[in-house]
Order: sequence, then C-alpha cells, then structure tokens
Amino acid sequence: MGLFKLKDFPGRGSFANGIHPPENKEYSADLPVEVMPTPEKIVLPLLQNIGAPCEPLVKANQEVAAGELVGKGKGYVSAALHSPVTGKVQKIGMMTLPNGRHLQAVFIKPEGEQLEGKALWDDVYGGDWPRDCPAVIHAQQIADEIQAAGIVGLGGAAFPTHVKLAPDDKKMIDTLMINGCECEPYLTADYRLMVEAPDAIISGALFAGRATQAQEIVICVEDNKPKAIEILKERTKKTVIKVVSVKTKYPQGSEKHLIKAVLDLEVPIGGLPSDVGVSMSNVATIAAVGRAVIRGKPLTHRIITVTGAGVHSPKNLLVPIGVTMGEAIAYCGGLKKEAVRLVAGGPMMGFAFSDMDAPVTKGTNGIIAMTDDDIRRENETNCVRCGRCVDVCPMRLVPTKLALAAKYKNLPVAQRYNMMACFECGCCTYVCPAHIRLVQLIRSGKALIIASQKK
Amino acid sequence: MNETSLENIKDIPAGEDKPLIHVAPSPHIASTSATTTRMMADVLIALFPIMCMSVYLFKWHAVRQIAVCLGCCMAAEALFAAMRGRRATLADCSAAVTGIILGLSLPASAPWYIGAIASFVAIGIGKVVFGGLGMNIFNPAMVGRAFVMISFANLMGASAYEQPGLGIDAMTGATPLTALKQAGSMVPLNDMFWGLTNGSVGETSALLCLIGGIYLCIRKTACWEIPAGIIISVLVLAGIADLAGPCSGYLVLHHFLGGALLFGAFFIATDPVTSPVTPKGRFVFGVGIGFLVMIIRLFSGYPEGVMFAVLLMNALAPLINRWTIPKTLGED
Ligand code: SF4
Ligand code: SF4
Repeated sequence: MGLFKLKDFPGRGSFANGIHPPENKEYSADLPVEVMPTPEKIVLPLLQNIGAPCEPLVKANQEVAAGELVGKGKGYVSAALHSPVTGKVQKIGMMTLPNGRHLQAVFIKPEGEQLEGKALWDDVYGGDWPRDCPAVIHAQQIADEIQAAGIVGLGGAAFPTHVKLAPDDKKMIDTLMINGCECEPYLTADYRLMVEAPDAIISGALFAGRATQAQEIVICVEDNKPKAIEILKERTKKTVIKVVSVKTKYPQGSEKHLIKAVLDLEVPIGGLPSDVGVSMSNVATIAAVGRAVIRGKPLTHRIITVTGAGVHSPKNLLVPIGVTMGEAIAYCGGLKKEAVRLVAGGPMMGFAFSDMDAPVTKGTNGIIAMTDDDIRRENETNCVRCGRCVDVCPMRLVPTKLALAAKYKNLPVAQRYNMMACFECGCCTYVCPAHIRLVQLIRSGKALIIASQKK
Repeated sequence: MNETSLENIKDIPAGEDKPLIHVAPSPHIASTSATTTRMMADVLIALFPIMCMSVYLFKWHAVRQIAVCLGCCMAAEALFAAMRGRRATLADCSAAVTGIILGLSLPASAPWYIGAIASFVAIGIGKVVFGGLGMNIFNPAMVGRAFVMISFANLMGASAYEQPGLGIDAMTGATPLTALKQAGSMVPLNDMFWGLTNGSVGETSALLCLIGGIYLCIRKTACWEIPAGIIISVLVLAGIADLAGPCSGYLVLHHFLGGALLFGAFFIATDPVTSPVTPKGRFVFGVGIGFLVMIIRLFSGYPEGVMFAVLLMNALAPLINRWTIPKTLGED
C-alpha cells in the first residue's frame, strides 16, 4: 500500500498485494506506431467479445466495402462486426481462436483500393478532434452509435462497450474512469496511443462522459509512463478531464483494483463497477468511441504490440482487426528460431497459441514471442505452505487452499474461500516457489462451481 | 482452415530452423527469485555464522552433532524416498536444513547415536509418513528432538549441558535458563548476547541468530510476522513476570536472549510448511508460541520451552488458518 494519498481522489494510488514482474516494455516502448499494409487475408470471427455471437450478413463471393457491416449482434450484450477492408468474402467457415473457442468466421480477401499508411492513420487516430461534446447530443444517441460501431473493450476483456456507457436510471454513474495502466509486461500499444493520439482519447472521453452522465472523468496511467502522463495532462488542461498517476504494479489495470487505488471503493464480490457508481473503459476503447461518434466510423482497426525476444523486430502496429497472427509477425521480421511460445495478450493473462492463421481480434492487444529464457518450465513440487500466494493475491484470497479445493473437487470449501472472486490474474502462480499452477487449478474449480450452479 | 499451424510457421522467415511453438496456460512468466531450493539455500546461508560460532564454542562436539544429523537426515530422506518408490528429493535441500537445525538444537555432549536416531525420526516420522515435504504437520526437526528428549532424558536434559569433563569452557556451568530456574542465579547478559554461554550447540549467540534471522526476513524466505509475534509476546509476559518479581529489567532480557528463543523464533517456528499461510495467522501463531514458551519456562519443570511450544502450535496451524481467512476484496 502506497504511503501517499492521491491529490484529488480518496485512493492511495495503489491496492494491497500484487506483484512487480520485469516490465520488458523496452522492446517496443519508444517505437512509434507503424501502419501495417493491407494484409493478404482477413478473418473475422463472429464472436470477439463477451456475450452473444453475431449473425453473418454476408455470403461467399459477396463484395464488401471497408467499414461495411458483415455481422449483426444478437441481443443487447453483443457487438456488431464490420469489414476493415474493401474486398470479397471468400467463405463463412469454422475456426479456432487462441482461447480455444471453435466458432464461425467471415473470411475476406482484400481487393481493390485500400486506405494505406498515413491516410489510414489519419482516418483512425490522426487529424483534428473536437475539444468538447456539443450540448445537443443526447446520451442515448451516443450509446446507440457505440453499439452500431461494434465497440468492445480493447484492453482484453472485450465486453461490449455500449452496455457500460449507456445512461442507466437505476445505477447512476459518478465517475468515468479511463484505464491507461497497461500493467501487463511487454505491452506498449496503449502507451503509444496515449503519446501519439491523446486527442482521440480526450474527445472520446468527453462523449463517453456525456453518455454515462458521469460527474467526473479521470484518465488513470501507471507512473512508469511519465511521458504519457505529461502529454495527457497538457492536452486535458482546458477540459474537465483529470489525469491521475497510479503506482506501477500488476494488476493495477484490473477494474476493481484501479477503482480501489483511485477512489478507495471496493466493488462487491460478483458485482460490477457500476455498483459503486463507476464506469471504466480502456484508453483504446475510448478512442474508438470518439472515432465512432465523431467520425461515424466503426471499430475496424486497433494498435497491437508485436514484441518479445523471439521476434526479429518488435513493433507497435496499427492493424486491421482480423489480420492473421502469422502476417502480423511476418511484418515484424518473423520469429527467431529461439521462439518457443506465442502469446496473444499479455504474459500474465494472455493465451498461448500456435495457429498462425488465428486472427487478431478486437480484444487482442499484443502478440508476444517468448524464448525459453522468458517462460517457466520447472516441474511442480509439493506446496510448502509458504504463503507467498496469499501475500500477493490482489483479491486477498488464499490461493493454495483454493487450488487444493479445486484439485479434490471440494466445492463447499471452494465457495467458503470465495473461489469465484478469483479473476485469474496469475499473481499466485507467478510467485509460487513450488511452481504449482494455481490459476489453472482454480480455473478448473470455477468451472466446476459454474457447472454445479447450472444444474 | 484446419491445417495446423506448425506447418504454416515455415512460411515465416525464421532463420533455418522452424521454431517449435508449444502452448500452455497463463501466466507465461514466473518469478525467478522464488524457488523451494533457493529458499532452503537461504536458510543454509543464514545458519552459517551460527555454525561457525558453535564450532568455536563447542569444538569438535559441535562438528559431530551437525555432521551426524546432516548425514543421517539426508540418508534417511534418500532411504525413505527409495522405499516409497519416489525419486529422492535431496536437491531441494530441505533434508539438509532439517539436519542442520536438528544438530544445532542438541547439547554438545549428546553421543552420536542420539543425533542419528533423532534424524531418522525427524525425517521418517516427522515428514515422510505424512507424505513428504509440504505435507507434514509438525516441524520435523522438533519431532526428532522431542523423541530423543523423552527417550533419553538423562542424555538430553539439564545434566547433559553440564559436562565439565568435556574440557569445553562454556560447559562447566549450567545453561543460563537452568541456572535461573534451579538456583535463581544470573548469567551476564553480555555473554548471552554474544553467545559465550552454555546451551544447545547453535542457540547460544543471540546476536548471530538475530543477524541470520533478519537476513531471512529481508530475503522473504522467512516471514517477519512469526518472529515478531514470538518476541512481542515473550517480552510482554517476561515483562509482567519481571514486574511481579524482584529483578527489575533483568528478567525480560534474560528470557529474550536466553535459550533457544531467538534461534527458534527465526529458524524453527518460521518453517513455512508447519506454520499458517495467512499473514494474520502467522502473527497469531507467533504470539501463541511466545505465550507457551513463557508458560513452560515459568511454570513447568523444564527450563526451556521452545520445542514443545512450536510442536503444540504446529498442531493448531490448520485451525489458525481457518480463523484468519483474509477478507476478500469487496467482501462485506
Ligand atoms: S506459493 Fe505455492 S508453495 Fe507457497 S503456499 Fe502458495 S501454493 Fe504453496
Ligand atoms: S489468480 Fe486468483 S487466486 Fe491467484 S492471485 Fe489472482 S485473484 Fe488471487
């Protein structure tokens, strides 16, 4: 727990427990975002977010234009899907995502004129952004536009954004928190966005603030990114937006922990930030909101970090959503032969994959190629009950006990120890000297609990 | 779309060899500072000055105790592992740590077979029957010591420490705590601080126990809550006894510096396997040990109580864990 208190907020800029893994951001932190040329193929899974999948609106051999709607969300908690390129639909077929899900996808072959390079950058993040949200724009209207643009959380969780940003009479939102922590090691996509396109974030924040009718808008950045903090502070000077620097610590970017660190509020177990009057979105999501509402453009592109000791030239890339991992990696010089593991997302919570045809989805914030030196491979030994997992668990759980309960399928104990509150951050596994894969066990335990509740 | 991936990696410029990609669940990185082996190695480092002191004080008697216990514990570990058809887990050094701590907790005069028996009991009954490292309830070294203490009372009791015949200066008189208990006489605090007094081989120097212990706490190999709990409760209880008795100020420090208290607080009670896992639990555990130590020292026939206090609290550790489940974030 930090000793200091934040200037404008009740929190201390930190939360209890957590870890400090090596940041490894130096591979890509200082590299400006490059615009990736239009790839050979685009694969758009019909479910890229938490919630219901969408229905395909296109058929094989149909021509699509850049930004055209190709999938329609089913139900409220779902997101629309748009083609990032002009081209031809090849097929609607099955595919597997890095997280192991089998699902339908639209395969598109880019053909004809495309926006490239600087023009694409200007279309997505560049150019001028308004510094205020016109008073005539109604909250619900913004939420509708966000929904139409298919925006989901770009920080990794991929929860449909219009659900979080819609005005709600029952749960008043006091504070709109914009998450620029990027607490996972290696990743620098959000950092580059904050440094290179702060105005897109700021405009988006003003519109999102209107949508939620929040009293206060605050952008939260970890203190290992002084440049981003400085730029955002400078650019937000004449606006209502505040910028707050929080302690660099994993998992500072977790919703519940950032709320604790800044506002000193605890989101109830199983609850949502809105239960304590907070709505939180990632900086890239907010920039996408700005683009959707101001420029009328759907979510079709995002910045990812391709990095790690296993890739020849790490880069921050602006890519069309749906580009394959293989093409993105190839654009970064390809893999070195030492590469042994590929991770979509951060090293703490990301998914390992081996399928080079898997696409970058809306929630993919990075691709990390790791070598043998980076990953853990030791054999598991018995738990020595050292309590380190307890000392680091940011949810203040007892991971060793949860893992045992999961192993022996002891659901009453699992529930007594609040197993469902675990959000699989991986801190416990990171520190365990016996190399026990606690998260994996707990994950299996959570699946058991969910299965038993369904019955 | 189902052609598998590894083939496709060929298409990517990746040097000559095709990288072999394997998948595994997150997290993909691990702390390099924490391994079971490294923790045990830390304990050995922290014990080193204490071993040197014991050799200086008790000459080859100390060497014998440590060597016999170390050798027998490792042999026992290898033997029992072989009997259970497991790979021997000597590499994690935990048997070595048990051996050295056991050796350091014996009187210098105890014959070699005491150490040997204690070692086999420590590893066999203290650890292996429970299922090996991590599964045991009681501190193995203390199980071994308790066994020989009860079985060979005359070789392990107060008289074992008074052996002028051995030619060791420190062993001409009683141990500080025995002297206090039986004769009410006082050993100079200074000697107890530096460790020039009689006692079990490794417990005499309060200073070296503190240095080694603080090293362990800084390295986070031992937690600080347990020693803190023990020391605080001993100081409080001894303080009360002191106020009640005539020897103002002296008794507190005597109990603090004397006997196995500091050695036990930092090296024995902090054994992670047999202590609680929650921070609050560890403190409660420490306070409990300190309390029991003082009860035994003040009211029982034994001059010293660390061993029994640790064993008793070991038995309570699972319960303490249960009482001290931390409050989950967001729990009301
Ligand atoms: S960190 Fe690992 S060894 Fe230590 S208590 Fe937790 S599970 Fe057991
Ligand atoms: S993965 Fe779960 S149990 Fe482990 S530290 Fe994170 S929240 Fe705690």
